[in-house]
Amino acid sequence: MATTLAPVPQVTTHAVQREARGWTSWITTTDHKRIGIMYMVTTFAFFCLGGVEALLMRLQLGAPDNTLVTPQTYNQLFTMHGSTMVFLFVVPMMAGLANYFVPLMIGARDMAFPRLNALSYWLLLAGGIVFYASIFWNPPEAGWTSYPPLSSSAFTPAGGQDAWIYLIHLTGISSILGAINFYATIANMRARGMSWGRLPLFIWGILTYSVLIIFAMPVIAAAVTMLLTDRHFGTHFFDPANGGSPVLWQNLFWFFGHPEVYIMILPGFGVVSEILPVFARKPIFGYKAIAAATVAIAFLGFLTWAHHMFTAPIPEAVLVFVMLSSFLIAVPTGVKILNWIATLWRGTVEFKTPLLFSAGFIALFLIGGISGVFLAVFPVDWQLNETYFVVAHLHFVLVGGSVMTIFAAIYYWFPKITGRMLSEGLGKLSFWLMFVGILATFLIQHVIGLDGLPRRVYEYDNVGNLELYNQISTVGSFILGLGVLVTIVNVARSLKLGVIAGPDPWKANTLEWFTSSPPPANNFDTVPQVRSVEPMKDIRREVERRTGAAAPVSGAVVPAGATQVGL
Amino acid sequence: MGHLVSATLAFFTPQSGGSSNADQIDSLYKITLVIALVIFALVEAALLYALIKFRARKGAVPALIRGNTRLEVGWTVGAAVVLLALAIVTFAKLSSIQNPPNSSAEGDKLAGGGGLLYASSERKLPPDGKSLNIKVIGRQYIWQYVYPGASEPDGLGAPYSYEEMVVPTHTTVTLDIVSSDVVHSWWVPKLGGKFQAVPGYHNYTWFKVEKPGIYRGQCAALCGRGHARMIATVKAVPPAQFDQWLEYQKKELSEANQQAKAERAKLNSQTGAGQVENP
Repeated sequence: MATTLAPVPQVTTHAVQREARGWTSWITTTDHKRIGIMYMVTTFAFFCLGGVEALLMRLQLGAPDNTLVTPQTYNQLFTMHGSTMVFLFVVPMMAGLANYFVPLMIGARDMAFPRLNALSYWLLLAGGIVFYASIFWNPPEAGWTSYPPLSSSAFTPAGGQDAWIYLIHLTGISSILGAINFYATIANMRARGMSWGRLPLFIWGILTYSVLIIFAMPVIAAAVTMLLTDRHFGTHFFDPANGGSPVLWQNLFWFFGHPEVYIMILPGFGVVSEILPVFARKPIFGYKAIAAATVAIAFLGFLTWAHHMFTAPIPEAVLVFVMLSSFLIAVPTGVKILNWIATLWRGTVEFKTPLLFSAGFIALFLIGGISGVFLAVFPVDWQLNETYFVVAHLHFVLVGGSVMTIFAAIYYWFPKITGRMLSEGLGKLSFWLMFVGILATFLIQHVIGLDGLPRRVYEYDNVGNLELYNQISTVGSFILGLGVLVTIVNVARSLKLGVIAGPDPWKANTLEWFTSSPPPANNFDTVPQVRSVEPMKDIRREVERRTGAAAPVSGAVVPAGATQVGL
Repeated sequence: MGHLVSATLAFFTPQSGGSSNADQIDSLYKITLVIALVIFALVEAALLYALIKFRARKGAVPALIRGNTRLEVGWTVGAAVVLLALAIVTFAKLSSIQNPPNSSAEGDKLAGGGGLLYASSERKLPPDGKSLNIKVIGRQYIWQYVYPGASEPDGLGAPYSYEEMVVPTHTTVTLDIVSSDVVHSWWVPKLGGKFQAVPGYHNYTWFKVEKPGIYRGQCAALCGRGHARMIATVKAVPPAQFDQWLEYQKKELSEANQQAKAERAKLNSQTGAGQVENP
C-alpha cells in the first residue's frame, strides 16, 4: 500500500475508544449499526418462522382433501404467515438495512435520534413477542386483512385477534418512529456537497418509504383501535346491526394496505438501483427519472387503495377512478424496470451474487407487475380477485420483488457489516434454487386461480388438474425454502471463514465503502466532500491521480490507524 | 387439434361458457393477456440480451451513459399509451359485462319487474325491466336463495333453497346479494365475476344461462373455519321445468305452513296458549 507516498485519500479509521462488548452492550446500544444488525437478525428469524408456516400450508395443499392440519389451524397458519411477513419481516427488514446504511451512505456518524432509534427496535421486538405469544393460546385466524365482522368478538372471541391488533400497534409505532428518524437524518445530516440531486437512490427509496409510513401507518392504527374498542368496549364502528360499516374497515385497511405495498418494495428498488451500476461498471441510467418515479409511485400509491375492493359494494365511479389510477402507477414502475435494463446495456456485467439477485428481481418482479395490470382492470378482477391468481401476483411482487432485493442487499452489504465476503459458490446456488423455486411455486398458482380455486381454503376437490398444479407449487416451495437455507448456511460459515473483504470489495459508488469493514463506532473520521452521485468513484480517481497508480484493489485491508486524509 | 388449442387456452384464461358476462370478461382478459405477453416477452428478452451480450469480458469497456432523455420520454409515453388503449377497450366492453340483456323469447315468463324488494341506483336491470330476481343470502357456511313468489303480502312465504340455486335457461337472472353474518363472496366462475356479500349492504350481479347444466362455485371471501366448504351451485333447467320446480316448492312450503298452523292450533287448544296475546 502506498501509505508512505503523498497523502492518499483512503479509508481512514482508528479505534477512538474501546468498543463495548457483551450482551448488555447490545441491549443498551444506540449505535445505528448495532441496532441495524439487531433489526436484520430479528426480522430474518421471523422470516424463517413465516416460511415454516408457508411450507406447512403447502404441505396441507399438496393433496386434495388433505387432513394434515385442521381448518382452524390452517386459518391460523395463513393469518400468522401474512402478518409475519408484512409486519415482522419485509417492512422492519427494510428499516434494518436503512438503519445500518442510511448514515453510512450519506456520510453521517449516526441517526438523528439514536435513542429513539433503539426504542423503534425494542417496540418491534415487543410486537413480535406479543404476536407470537398467542400461539400458546389461540392464534388469530381472520387473515392478515382481518375483515370484520369475522374479526369481531362475536365471530372470533379468542384473544389471538387482540394479539394481532397489538402487533399492528407496536410495529406501527416502531415504524413511525423509525420513519421520522430516517427522514430527519436524511434531511439534515448529509455530507457536504450531497445535494438532493446527489442522494444515492437507496436513500431516495428510504426517504419515500419513510414518508409513506408517516402518512399510512396512523390510518391502520386508528382502524385497529376501532376494532379493539368494538371487540371490548361496546362500540359499533364496524357492526352493521348498530349502524357500523364493515366496508369502512375495508377502506381504512387498504388506504394503509396499498401504500404498504410500496413501503415494502421502494427500498428494494433503491437496493437494486445501487447494485446494478456497481456490477455493470456503468452509471445508473436516468438517475433523475428513477428518483422522480419513486416519488410519483409514492404519491399515486395513495390513490389506488380501492382496487382491493372491486367486488365490495362500492359505486361505479370509484371502480373507474381506481382502475385508471392503478394504470397510472404502472407507468413509473415500468419506467424503472426499463431504466435498470438500460443500466446493464453496454456495461460490463460481472455475475456476482448481488447482481444475480438484482437481475432475478427484475425478471420476477416484471411478472408481478404485469399480473397487477390484469387485476387493475376491474371486470377482469371480478374473476381473479380472492383467488390463487392474486396469491401468485402478490408473491411475485413480495417474494420475487422484496425478498429478492433483500437477498441482493445481504450479499452486497454482508462484507461491509462483517468485514468478510460471503461464498460466491453458495450464493449462486442459493440464487438459482430460490429463482427456480419462486417460478415453480407461484407461476402455476395463476392457473390454479383461473381454474376457480379461491385462496384461504384448507382443502379442495380434485377437479381438473388441481392436484397436479398444487403439487408443483408445493415442490417449488420446498426448493425455495432450500435456497433460503443455503444462504443461512453461507452466512453462518462466512462469519468465521469468509475471505477478508476490505473496505471496498466491489469498487462501489457510495460512501459506506469509504470506511473500513465493519465500520468503527463513529463511522468516519473524515467525511469527504461529495461532488457527484458516485462519490467513491471520484475518490478512487483522486487516489489514482495523486499516486499515479491504480487505487488499492479490492480485498485490500487497511490497518487501523493508517493514514488519515480527507479530500 | 382444435381441442388441444382450446385446452391450452383454457389453461391461461378464466372460466367462461355459462353466461355472456363471463364470456365478455374472458375476452377482455384475453386482450389484456395478448398485450401483457408481448410486453413481457420484449422486456425479458431485453434483460436477457443485456445480461448475456454485455457480460464482463477481457478488454470490454463499459460505456459512460447516464441517460437519454428522448428515449426515457419515449418509453414513458409508450407505456401510458398502451395502458390508455387498455382502458378504452375496457370501457368498450363494460356495458356488455355490467348490463343484463333481455330474457330470450323462450325464457321464463315468470321473470317480471315484480318481486323486487329493493330499488337501487347500482342495480342493473335488462332494457325491458324484466328479470327473475333472486335474493342470495350468505351465512356461515351455506348460501341461501330466496325466489320471487311470496304467498303472503308481507313478502313471507317465498320459496327458497340452500346451496343449489335452480334457475330457468334463456332467462335473465338478477341477484341481490346480502349477508346475515360476516363478509362472504358470491362466485360461480362460469356465470361471471364475484361479488361480496356484506352485512348491511346490497350487492348486485346478473347472469343468463343458455345451456342447461350444473355450474359450480364457492364462497370466495374468508368467512371462517368452514369457508372451504361453503359451496355454491347453480342448476339451470328449461323454463317449464323451473316453473314446475318452483310451484312444487311453493306447494311444499304452503303445505308445511298449513301443517304447522294446524299443529300450532292443536297445541294452543290443548295448552290454552294463544288465547291471550303474549302468553
